[in-house]
Amino acid sequence: MSLTTDDVKKIAHLARLGIVDQQMNDYARDLSAMLDLMAQMDNLDTTGILPMAHPMDQTQRLRPDSVTETNQREAFQAIAPQTEAGLYLVPKVIE
Amino acid sequence: MHDKTLAELATGLKTREFSSVELTHAYLNRIQRHQALNAYITVTEERALAQAQAADDRLAKGEGTALTGIPLAHKDIFCTLGIKTSCGSKMLDTFTAPYDATVVERLDQAGAVMLGKLNMDEFAMGSSNETSFYGPAHNPWNSECVPGGSSGGSAVAVAARLAAAATGTDTGGSIRQPAAFCGITGLKPTYGRVSRYGMIAYASSLDQGGPMTRSAEDAAVLMQVMAGFDPKDSTSVALPVPDYRASLDDSLAGLKIGLPKQFFSDQLDSRIAKVIQDAIADYQKLGATIHDVSLPSLNLAIPAYYVIASAECSSNLSRYDGVRFGYRCQNPADLTDLYTRSRGEAFGAEVKRRILMGTYALSAGYYDAYYLKAQQVRRLIRDDFKRALTEVDVLMGPVTPGTAFKIGAKTADPLQMYLEDIYTIAINLAGLPALSLPAGFVEGLPVGLQVIGDYFAEARLLNIGHGYQQLTDWHLQAPVQPTQEDL
Repeated sequence: MSLTTDDVKKIAHLARLGIVDQQMNDYARDLSAMLDLMAQMDNLDTTGILPMAHPMDQTQRLRPDSVTETNQREAFQAIAPQTEAGLYLVPKVIE
Repeated sequence: MHDKTLAELATGLKTREFSSVELTHAYLNRIQRHQALNAYITVTEERALAQAQAADDRLAKGEGTALTGIPLAHKDIFCTLGIKTSCGSKMLDTFTAPYDATVVERLDQAGAVMLGKLNMDEFAMGSSNETSFYGPAHNPWNSECVPGGSSGGSAVAVAARLAAAATGTDTGGSIRQPAAFCGITGLKPTYGRVSRYGMIAYASSLDQGGPMTRSAEDAAVLMQVMAGFDPKDSTSVALPVPDYRASLDDSLAGLKIGLPKQFFSDQLDSRIAKVIQDAIADYQKLGATIHDVSLPSLNLAIPAYYVIASAECSSNLSRYDGVRFGYRCQNPADLTDLYTRSRGEAFGAEVKRRILMGTYALSAGYYDAYYLKAQQVRRLIRDDFKRALTEVDVLMGPVTPGTAFKIGAKTADPLQMYLEDIYTIAINLAGLPALSLPAGFVEGLPVGLQVIGDYFAEARLLNIGHGYQQLTDWHLQAPVQPTQEDL
């Protein structure tokens, strides 16, 4: 299967990932090659095989619904690029 | 001092032959002299000396564990409170972790000294350490060669004696392949055995931390502290941790070794095949019997892995948004520009490839064809291993199809790099434990033997590794240390 540069642009947008125009062809080529590799799986009939999510088929553990974490806003915001009054700052979203 | 095993170091510290501060200084000096190997991203000298002093105080009181006062280093994927944790990426170049990973916390509590944080492929995506934002680490056996990856810095630090032992992580071979390339011992534990809390996520259903050491015995010492249930990791398995050292000397007589025929195909370098056959002959001397087994779905491990790993990577790495932590682009025009440019400017090419691949595989209309299909193939691969492991005790084969390659030799074609992990990837898909042992050399470069065991059979694997290391001395070979001027 082959992807075009337009496909790559679309996927990059979905991933919110900036790709410079000069590299679009390279990514289209590499991703197409990866898809060809993955196409090897098509030859195998997997009808009725249960998808495997955990090697030991373990399910998520449950815990009591009680507070275990303390508020560490200051520690977490100390490493943020931009904060003000306890809030994360981003470019204006609503005019 | 730097050539001693962990057990010898512990004895030396206990009998006051040397202090932890002296030992730590010795390692810090070696790190300084061998900077050109680029094993470390961050050296935490001050913290190391303070920890060493605390360890000496503890030892003076007759307290302490098997690791108290011993200088170790962590792959820079483990979060360390107040210390830069880069994951080999520009994205986290300025990131200081606000908490410790469970592995780090456990080793700290045991009294180990942390020398610093080790080089790695960006977000653990790579098999050569060349995708690191900080440049590749160099193989101490030949500085023109890669050390393997993604735990490349860890393998270099242990092989070049720049740390007594190191931590690593393995998603598709990232402990075992660099261990093989650098001639050290590396254990990838069963999925769920070592806590993933604070270990920066790449592909959560495959990632597993483990020890990288100079011998199986050392791996047992480190594993004893690293392993165990952690309520902070939802996939951690609540099983008791055995005494890994207690069974090291158990007899290997009657051990049933299975050789998967798919591991010995034409793709394997005949010189590597010879090393592996010699190692298997050594096991026969120890009383093991050899059996042929087959893993028919193994040829689909690489395609299944790259679907699953890419999909999980695209999901995990969506957290790097330029808002809460990590890199942020200059003067973003709007929110989309902030996300897009921050991520575009800070991720390297390999990380971008996998995010794009995973985003595509998970996008509307493609889920069944890729992710679901890969999860089905994953079950078939796991079932192959389970079947084989009812017939035999362990499986053996090579770790890598060749020895360490030249830096730059495989960067042009990403798929060629992926094929490096052909013998290791399936084990992650199955979630099994596997050990990489130094087993010989081809043209001066180390070759690794892989031993794959059943779920939670780490003690047996270490016993099998130790038995071999009592008979052979491959693990005692040390690279001639290149000096700063050589590189």
